[in-house]
Amino acid sequence: MKLIHLIFGLVIAGISFQLYQQKPLQQSINDGEEIYMDFCLQCHQQNGKGVSGVFPPLAQSDYLLSDVNRSIFAIKYGLKGSIIVNGKSYNSVMVSQGLDNEEIADVMNYILHSWGNESEENVTQERVESTLKK
Amino acid sequence: MNLNSFFFLMISVTLIINCDAQENGPKIQTPKTVDYTFEVVADSIDIPWGLTFLSTDEMLVTDKSGILYHIKEGVKTEVEGLPPIYVRGQGGLLDVAISPDFETSNLIYLTASSPLGEEPGGHTALYIAKYENFKLLDLELLYKGDYNTKKGQHWGSRITFDNDGHVFFSIGDRGNREVNPQDITRDGGKIYRLNLDGSIPEDNPFVDKDNSRKAIFSYGHRNPQGMTIHPETGKVWVHEHGPRGGDEINVIEAGKNFGWPVITYGINYSGTPITDKTEDEKMEQPLYYWLPSIAPSGMTFSSSGVYPDWKGNLFVGSLKFEYLERLILKNNTVVAREKVLDSIGRVRNVEEGPDGHLYLGVEGKGILKIIPKK
Repeated sequence: MKLIHLIFGLVIAGISFQLYQQKPLQQSINDGEEIYMDFCLQCHQQNGKGVSGVFPPLAQSDYLLSDVNRSIFAIKYGLKGSIIVNGKSYNSVMVSQGLDNEEIADVMNYILHSWGNESEENVTQERVESTLKK
Repeated sequence: MNLNSFFFLMISVTLIINCDAQENGPKIQTPKTVDYTFEVVADSIDIPWGLTFLSTDEMLVTDKSGILYHIKEGVKTEVEGLPPIYVRGQGGLLDVAISPDFETSNLIYLTASSPLGEEPGGHTALYIAKYENFKLLDLELLYKGDYNTKKGQHWGSRITFDNDGHVFFSIGDRGNREVNPQDITRDGGKIYRLNLDGSIPEDNPFVDKDNSRKAIFSYGHRNPQGMTIHPETGKVWVHEHGPRGGDEINVIEAGKNFGWPVITYGINYSGTPITDKTEDEKMEQPLYYWLPSIAPSGMTFSSSGVYPDWKGNLFVGSLKFEYLERLILKNNTVVAREKVLDSIGRVRNVEEGPDGHLYLGVEGKGILKIIPKK
């Protein structure tokens, strides 16, 4: 019986540790804004609208909102080749910006909750970490 | 609405529209006749930043992601022995250039974003190494900017040489414009000058100033990604990215202050002003400024007679508008601008090869050579 209590206690401690580690979403969005201004704004623009035909939009972007993992992967490893965003074709190169997993999670949360984007997602550092090259 | 307030409204609207539409001439032209074409000499390079020729048919090309390619007859081979590269934001492996005495020394220079140092982050560094059979040997760090920062912006960088045994290289303001460019005791926002062996020239402008960085040649720069020697005057020409508007061409001179961010023709990306000053008696005016910004990268003069009419013209890559810009100068004034290879892609670099042809680094494509039609 004592053993069960001990295991139970450890599990609870583990979960609370995990929860404690997890950055609150609003904090992550705020940190992500700073990353965005530093690394993304020049192409995707302050308003997230990009430059039509050259740099795809993030604001109300079907490419972003319909598959979040795809965008995590793109920020982590870079993206090239032709993609279709909101019915328009884009064929530029986005190279990896050298962001760490926490920074990628933060900037994802920022773009998923800015410029009228609505998303249930809360991207965690662990999720970015487990996004691996195929 | 009465007639007066209607006119007032119309004038206001016109003014607001014109605010951003202000252009600095001469207006860019599309050529009426095109008597040149291009061929791809090396394909599939994401960001071909630097390009230097080892011989007429052999070149070294950097890819910003941290690859140095040896290229001969279209075959790319990765060169081993690079220093640690800090790929972050606009940083990575940057420029490459053979030493003026390469034929006898086999030496090349490299600039790269470097994580070396105590603080987290990185800063731009200049290296020298011997090139031999796809390898860099005796790699030596000649200069490293500090203090490191995790900012992604404004590393520069370009390398060039004058005819008096100096190497010049650029470092951008490293995303800290309020502190770095105007402070000669800190790195960033500067053009640097060293002797070819990396030592500080005795006549550098700030060698006698306390606490100054002795390698500084000129300051008050934002993010210089184009630098070349004028084939006749031997002076160093530099261009730099402005913010929104205000990309500049400057002919640099020892100890001169080029003004960033105290004076500029640009505004913040957000549209808010940086300063209301475009000139100051203690600071230099650009030879030319681009408004709107073309996002210039790479620069060379055409000094050969390979292309009819292009001799003495200046060529600059445009990342933003995806063409090579040809600038015609008269008495150090830009009198005409023309698009070369419109819509070719983001032009990261342009160099004149030993064969007198112009070679372009185009992002996602590779190295292109411009060929005159017979």
